[in-house]
Amino acid sequence: MRKTFAIGIGGAAGQGVATPGDIFAKIFSRRGLHLNAYNAYQSIIRGGHTFLTIRTGPEKVTNMGDRLDLLIPLNQDAMDRHLGLLTDGSACLYNSETIKPGIAAQGVQLCPLPVSKLADVTRNKVAQNTLAVGAALSMMGIGFQALEQVLTEQFKKKGDAVVSENIGIARAGYDYAGTNFQPFAWPLPMTANRYAVLSGNIAMAMGGAAAGVKFYCAYPMSPSTGVLHWMAAHARKAGIMVRQVEDEIGVVNMAIGAAHAGVRSMCATSGGGFALMTEGLGLSAMLETPVVVIDCQRAGPSTGVPTKTEQGDLWQMLGAGFGDYPRAIAAPLDIGDCFKLIPEIFNIADRFQCPGIVLCDLLLSEGRLSVDAKDLDFAAPIDRGELIMDAPETSTSNGDGVYKRYRITESGISPRAVPGVPGHTHTAASDEHDEDGVLISDEFTNPTKRRAMMEKRMRKVVGIEAAVPPPVLWGPRDADVTLIGWGSTKGVIEEACEILAEQGIPANQLQIRWLVPLHGDAILDILKQARHTIIVENNFSGQFARYLRSETSFVPDGHIRKYDGEPFMPHHIVEAVKEQLGGKCKLSVPAHEILV
Amino acid sequence: MATALAATNHVAMSDLKGKVDPDWCPGCGDFGVLAAVQKALVDLQIPNHNVVTISGIGCSSNFPGFINTYGMHTLHGRALAVATGVKLANHELTVLVTGGDGDGFGIGGNHFVHSMRRNVDLLYIVMDNQIYGLTTGQTSPTSRLGMKTKSMPFGSVEAPVNPISLALAAGATFVARGFSAEQKHLTELIKQGIQHKGFSFLDVFSPCVTYNHDNTYQWFRPRVKKLEDEKGYDATDWMAAMGKSLLWDEEIPIGKFFERTDVPTLHGAEPVLDDGPLVHADNRIPKDMTRTFIEELM
Repeated sequence: MRKTFAIGIGGAAGQGVATPGDIFAKIFSRRGLHLNAYNAYQSIIRGGHTFLTIRTGPEKVTNMGDRLDLLIPLNQDAMDRHLGLLTDGSACLYNSETIKPGIAAQGVQLCPLPVSKLADVTRNKVAQNTLAVGAALSMMGIGFQALEQVLTEQFKKKGDAVVSENIGIARAGYDYAGTNFQPFAWPLPMTANRYAVLSGNIAMAMGGAAAGVKFYCAYPMSPSTGVLHWMAAHARKAGIMVRQVEDEIGVVNMAIGAAHAGVRSMCATSGGGFALMTEGLGLSAMLETPVVVIDCQRAGPSTGVPTKTEQGDLWQMLGAGFGDYPRAIAAPLDIGDCFKLIPEIFNIADRFQCPGIVLCDLLLSEGRLSVDAKDLDFAAPIDRGELIMDAPETSTSNGDGVYKRYRITESGISPRAVPGVPGHTHTAASDEHDEDGVLISDEFTNPTKRRAMMEKRMRKVVGIEAAVPPPVLWGPRDADVTLIGWGSTKGVIEEACEILAEQGIPANQLQIRWLVPLHGDAILDILKQARHTIIVENNFSGQFARYLRSETSFVPDGHIRKYDGEPFMPHHIVEAVKEQLGGKCKLSVPAHEILV
Repeated sequence: MATALAATNHVAMSDLKGKVDPDWCPGCGDFGVLAAVQKALVDLQIPNHNVVTISGIGCSSNFPGFINTYGMHTLHGRALAVATGVKLANHELTVLVTGGDGDGFGIGGNHFVHSMRRNVDLLYIVMDNQIYGLTTGQTSPTSRLGMKTKSMPFGSVEAPVNPISLALAAGATFVARGFSAEQKHLTELIKQGIQHKGFSFLDVFSPCVTYNHDNTYQWFRPRVKKLEDEKGYDATDWMAAMGKSLLWDEEIPIGKFFERTDVPTLHGAEPVLDDGPLVHADNRIPKDMTRTFIEELM
């Protein structure tokens, strides 16, 4: 089993949960440790309850894990909600002047901090947080210097006095813990590696920059807004035009306009905004103008639970827009993949002149992960497809009719000239049109031409399928159970498989990244060999299971589903697998024990 | 909307003829608008490959198919959003947006208001016939109070939108109204609108001879009065323009209501475009820059 250490910090929104989290994340990544952070929060700016989990370790940390080693409750509410999660060997650091601990399990170390005796609380309102960070690092066996450096960076804009005040408070917490509390049994190791720590939203924004995106526009919507924020903050350096638009209908159409003029163009939203974009996706397909749309799923329907995760938008993506048209849909597998996928899907969208949809979710969008800087490849291949960007200034006339924008070809791809190129004028039309772009929806209605155009566009599906690799099975060939997931559940299923193997149940995993094209035959070939198949997904109705069945007629032996707004933890899957292998049920819906 | 004049090639009317002839009803006001746009482009000598004509959906939105420029026939109400994207990606293009009153003031109302406050550099021509034509005659946002249509057979009880006052209030920097039967006057307005740097709004009375029996050529002719003929009318005076925009029935002003030239265009205000249009920019970001993006995260 991977050795990890997890910290939970809970408090009210506005109480400063994020800052200690950022400090821990920086210190861990600079120690060469991997980390995964997930913040369970509410749609409230001040008050309520928010709970940040940071898990670290020398090997890849792919999810929040099952165990908390350290709890830092910043108020009584957080203590009351979470103390019961702690088990033997873990500890709880709290302000003993404002918080009463309650009853902890056997072997849990309660660590009261007499905050006003250690710091001037009248001067520094977040002194308890800083003391706790100092105390925690001491108990983890991390030298104070690392914290001193991070605090200096954190507060340097506020001046030397603020820096030294915070270092003083942290030092007091660090020293107090050294004399009063037991250090953790496993001092955090150090490696020579250095990782970047980033959210899925930042990864997708940077992936866009790597893909050569020149136009990004959005309407703010949780949990996708982080993409807009990175883009806006880096637009000038990266040479990207970033616009905030009046609504998502405007967003997708503006993105299509920019794409039509010849630049790579991207936008991100969540389910509700995506619903407004669907007519525009059809336009992208009909004009054969590529655009990439990111959907960061949150718990729906309607406004739903804006700060909670779900994989409930799959069928919306599959059916987005009326009529049949080619599209590519992919779900990134982890935060590193959020970066990698964007240049890939742009190449597909550009080559096949169709919309590309990235099906992300809150878990990845707002979660944070340590990623090797080498995996953030800004030199990823860029393939713009059959794009005509210039031609000799021959004539202002297009009378020869040589250039046909929608020329019928075997691949279904017609070379695309962008406005401004001499001799290639044409109209790109939303109505059905012939090879010239002339409308065949009114007086020139023609069933033969309509059929030919429909077949031309849909032929691109064959090319897209060939351009996208089929999924592969991970883990041992011979396994008692095959777990099938898609997108963001990759990490948690992977860890569940490891735990199952340790417990004597060999398990393997089939994780789907490309949803369209699906490669149904390849999936069937894999699943035919499986002894017991279970589909794991973060939604109520088994959207992927239904999709897989509709494409392949495959019916799994069981399902594990979760739709409470929170992500899976490894033990949810492990316990459900055992339950199902024992023949108790075919559908497991694990309960989330962390109350946020 | 601003543009560069062609240096060498001569642009003739024949260059601008579309692949097919318009299929509008005989007598439709839109013929006059098409002819005036073509004439304006010839007068200004703008090569057709540097022009993009973008429309939504409706009778008048079939316009791009009838003129030989780059064209986009987009979704109902969305032409301005698409056009904004085109202009921002390549601001060297001359962008014309054409459509009807339902497309622009009804389903596209949100984009209309926001495009004006952004001062996107384009010319937006609305062929305003106060009726939905392609759906065979329903009330439009500019149908007069009491007008009987298939969707409001007992007469509209909704006050119409006033496109000119709305444009003035929303911050359009060029606001004008034409009449498709006044060809020369309309052509002049289109030329001015193309040359204006910023959002040019041109509302054109373009009578629907099939479904609108209230606002006919005969109804408009005695009422329209050119602002250009009015002594002392100052088109830089926003208050005066607003006052004129409220006139209706007895006397309906046409011509340039308002123009101001001191507002930066959307693309002009964007430093990312300092080095030229996005479409010509390098796809790759310099390595020393991408390194800083990663270092921020470490």
